[in-house]
Amino acid sequence: MSKERVGVYICHCGSNIAGTVAVEEVSQWAAGLPNVVVSRDYKFMCSSLGQELVEKDIKELGLTRVVVAACSPHMHERTFRATCERAGLNPFLFEMANIRELDSWATDDRVAATQKAKAMVSAAIRRVIHHQPLQLLPVTINPNTLVVGGGVAGITAALEIANAGYHVYLVEREPSIGGHMAQLDKTFPTLDCSACILTPKMVDVAQNKNITLLSWSEVEAVEGYVGNFTVTVRKKARYVNEEKCTGCGICIEKCPKKVVDEVFEAGLGYRKAIYRPFPQAVPKYPVIDTASCIFFQRGKCKACQMFCPTEAIDFEQQDQILKLEVGNIILATGYDTFDPRRIPQYGYGRLANVFTSLEFERMVNAAGPTGGRIVLRDGVTTPKSVAIIHCVGSRDKNYNEHCSRVCCMYSLKFSHLLHERLPDAQVYEFYIDIRATAKRYEEFYHRILEEGTRFIRGRVAEVTDAARLPGEEGKLIVQYEDTLIGKQRRLPVDMVILSVGMEARRDSREVAQIFGLGCEYNGFFIERHPKLDPVNTMTEGIQIAGACQGPMAIPEAVAQGAAAAARVLSLISQGTVMMEPVRAHINAEKCSGCRICNDLCPYNAIVFHEDRKVSEVITALCQGCGACVAACPSAAITGAHFTDEQVMAQIEGMLWDMQPRIAVTATGAE
Amino acid sequence: MAAKEKPKFAMYWAASCGGCEISTLNIGDKILAVDEAFDIAFWPCVADFKVKDVEKYPDGYIDLCLFNGAIRNSENEEMAHLLRKKSKILVAFGSCASEGCIPGLSNLTTAEATLRAVYLDNPSTDNPKRVLPQPFTKVPEGTIQIPVFYERVKSLDQVVPVDYVMPGCPPEAHQIAAVMDAVITGVPLPPPGRSIIGAGNVAVCEECPRQKNVKRIKRFYRPHEITPDPEICLLEQGIVCMGIATRAGCGALCPRVNMRCEGCYGPLDGVEDQGANMVAAIASVVEEGSGPLAGIDEAELQRRIGEVMDTLVDPAGTFYRFNMAHSLLMRARFTGDSAEKGVA
Amino acid sequence: MDNAYEPVIIGFLCNWCSYRAADLAGTSRLHYAPNMRPIRVMCSARVEPQFVLKALREGADGVLIAGCHPGECHYVDGNIKALRRYELLKRMLRQLGIEEERVQLVWAAASEGNVLADAVNRMTEQLRRLGPLRWRETVLGGDGQMAEHTDEKVAEEV
Repeated sequence: MSKERVGVYICHCGSNIAGTVAVEEVSQWAAGLPNVVVSRDYKFMCSSLGQELVEKDIKELGLTRVVVAACSPHMHERTFRATCERAGLNPFLFEMANIRELDSWATDDRVAATQKAKAMVSAAIRRVIHHQPLQLLPVTINPNTLVVGGGVAGITAALEIANAGYHVYLVEREPSIGGHMAQLDKTFPTLDCSACILTPKMVDVAQNKNITLLSWSEVEAVEGYVGNFTVTVRKKARYVNEEKCTGCGICIEKCPKKVVDEVFEAGLGYRKAIYRPFPQAVPKYPVIDTASCIFFQRGKCKACQMFCPTEAIDFEQQDQILKLEVGNIILATGYDTFDPRRIPQYGYGRLANVFTSLEFERMVNAAGPTGGRIVLRDGVTTPKSVAIIHCVGSRDKNYNEHCSRVCCMYSLKFSHLLHERLPDAQVYEFYIDIRATAKRYEEFYHRILEEGTRFIRGRVAEVTDAARLPGEEGKLIVQYEDTLIGKQRRLPVDMVILSVGMEARRDSREVAQIFGLGCEYNGFFIERHPKLDPVNTMTEGIQIAGACQGPMAIPEAVAQGAAAAARVLSLISQGTVMMEPVRAHINAEKCSGCRICNDLCPYNAIVFHEDRKVSEVITALCQGCGACVAACPSAAITGAHFTDEQVMAQIEGMLWDMQPRIAVTATGAE
Repeated sequence: MAAKEKPKFAMYWAASCGGCEISTLNIGDKILAVDEAFDIAFWPCVADFKVKDVEKYPDGYIDLCLFNGAIRNSENEEMAHLLRKKSKILVAFGSCASEGCIPGLSNLTTAEATLRAVYLDNPSTDNPKRVLPQPFTKVPEGTIQIPVFYERVKSLDQVVPVDYVMPGCPPEAHQIAAVMDAVITGVPLPPPGRSIIGAGNVAVCEECPRQKNVKRIKRFYRPHEITPDPEICLLEQGIVCMGIATRAGCGALCPRVNMRCEGCYGPLDGVEDQGANMVAAIASVVEEGSGPLAGIDEAELQRRIGEVMDTLVDPAGTFYRFNMAHSLLMRARFTGDSAEKGVA
Repeated sequence: MDNAYEPVIIGFLCNWCSYRAADLAGTSRLHYAPNMRPIRVMCSARVEPQFVLKALREGADGVLIAGCHPGECHYVDGNIKALRRYELLKRMLRQLGIEEERVQLVWAAASEGNVLADAVNRMTEQLRRLGPLRWRETVLGGDGQMAEHTDEKVAEEV
């Protein structure tokens, strides 16, 4: 029998636990278990009075182990570890039994819940006896930060950190930062010009000496852990020497090759083979798109090189692989818009005058392909009637169940812009619900209502050019159910705008794997806690900001960028961070050098010493998953805080009430 | 009598093949030293002793008793209790006594099926009246008795406390010699309580001269399906070598001659179940399932991994060849039909 | 407690996905069978086959291992290691007479409280149908004891 002195504390959590679990009974029962010196139940263990109870018992009764049965360890494990520490007990000599989330809240069967609580308490007691005192591991934080994604969230985060005096590497996949916001014309509900508010920030990035801007670059690999990441970045060849280029743009002017710009102009406009996505691009250096460049395809031309006044064009340039050492990472990789070709009945790609919302954004933009003129696909005809269809690819179990949160408001903005530019046009909004929930949104909605837009509630079934009724010839006919009057209707219009929703980036799962993050079912990155920790992730040292975490509008993306920066800055200013000591360790005496474990570590934390024929875990790299611990056939690897002994004892405790114990060995107590 | 001063030695043979005795004699000249150092108090294999002789000894009379063989029937158990009582030091000698060994494999079937296989179904058995052994039989002179055949094979420590365990099938002669040497010269033994003697405390790989690399197994091979490369770790070649999960002490005899280790020296300290640890270790290094996982079809992945595992024929018999009776579950379970057929 | 058989399941839940799924199920007040007794591990890859056997021997009627979906493991591919071990263990358990339903591996993301709750409900129902395992009692219990001399067991000489 162990000599450990265990204190057991059962929390009522008001009625959250006590309403379903007979806490007094569990407490009295636990008092009679081996090693238990004291067992109490209390209204709120996490309150300062509850914690003082534990502290007092540790000091006065000489407790060497503490068990608290309350809520999830994800909620209060830290709280009670601190309690133990204040009373002079190593915080790892504590174990928590989660009798709330995993028990009282998950059933209303009082008898079963009480029995389950006893099993969990018994397991915790038997486990904690085998606990060993552990120390948190201090890790030094490299003050450099990597921000991935140069949209408005990434820009904000980068500027916040750089302005605080620390270095930032901002990696952007496209030739310029700016993201989706740079493509937008006006922003709701204030209707400020998107470019006018964004470009100054982009210029700030370019001019900030604490920011190394790596555009036309992608992260290929991430190694290490909080405070000490090594990031491999591929800086793609621009074929333009950034040191010589002045950004004059003569090369672009002289380039004879014109191609459809599928990215920035959403396929509505053109760019050259050597190009900048837009005039205010940051950095100002153009890139050569080798797939369309005449020289790269046919070996002749070099017009850009001939005309470049600074000899900056370099056809020989190669991709560069950079290794960056950073302490923290912020992912702000943004979103993709829903591809409406997936809903064939809306005709996008087949019916010329069906546009996506992003195409419309470019169309109304004065710097866009039509110079701000709203015209049909033929480039000349002004529409007299426009239908805007909401929730395309959103709030639809066939595509995305989530609400994209911005479409209602930008659709209202489109109505406004249509009325402003085409006062005679008739505008229809087909909506399911109007969601105008943020500051000044509802007011904006009322304004649009008064501007004369027709609002029709109902999901559109089909957009077609097959005329059936007089007046439909040559038009797009919107077939819909008006759910307010309960009737099927047809509406002929000249132009249809599909308000496409926001989706996770198509490669979000690959990116998540590179950074060791989790994804939701729909591909958005998972935050540490949806309410209390929205920008942190489960991976220490990696934050997420903006629409890579879920659909959101500009103000929220900016707030998240700043929040992520604040998180990073707090780590940088601490200088070191304390890490959980849940780590694997190989007993060299017991290691036979079989090398089973060598290839199992996803962090390459296991090295094999050929000379001594033993493997070793590099503690700083180990993340404590325990894959190698479980795999070691000789039990030479132990996983701190999750040892075989601890888990085995926990299993026995969990099954304390199962059948009369029958001795199966002559020696053991079994 | 000067011999009276000598400590007393016993060796007994329960359910086993006799290999342990042979290995003991294989220590060569040293057997003379054993004879010189000890009085033999009980050793049915080499000298004529009766059980009643042992029963007459005072408790604790025997200083060192090497007990080999598993507990298969009531006689084995009776002898275990008797020798425990009469011995100061009781050693579970060899794999059968330590962990059930090959007799323990019959825990994968029922006692009934075992008897049937031996007395009825075996093609070389001549038993026209289909008689099965009965514990008690009436004859004109009265009732005669043979030992009761147990449902489950047990290791020695499952019926009596043992002081030491000397693993191996059989324990290697050089290990026996070293242990006897230590006992005779008075080198202190480790504290008793199922402590291991005469073996190492690392896995067989430590003694195996083959080149070991990072392991990625594409599929498993039975020994007859492949000619292994003589230089490289057998497991890496897909041969289910138990060396990684087996205590050293034999000098890696089998792998040295291109045969996989079958695990006779049993699990290492801290391992409760040798078979389960083999599952964990070798399944971990199966290659299937490495590579990009994004957007993977979960059922398809499971099927592909399952296909590789199917190439490992008879996992229970392979992983528990020597350890079945001493594993966590100790035996297979039989319900309804399966009990009759003896096939789980 | 009444005498109706209620299976007891030991659930090994990984810290990052399935334990959080269980937390979420509770927070969302999703009621499910109280038959699963949870043990938190950092990753499904920490679950040793030994733990499963231990739980079965100590009286569990079934063992549930729950991890993150493939591709979503917090430790990149720990769940794949768990899957490989599970597939081999399953084949070995078959030989030991343990029905496939008694040891299950499921995936539940942190956001999938309902998936975890459904898995527990489903497994509880399956085990109710299979009946108790109770290893020590039904498989090891009593067997191998010394037989008593009773007339029934005495055979005639042949």
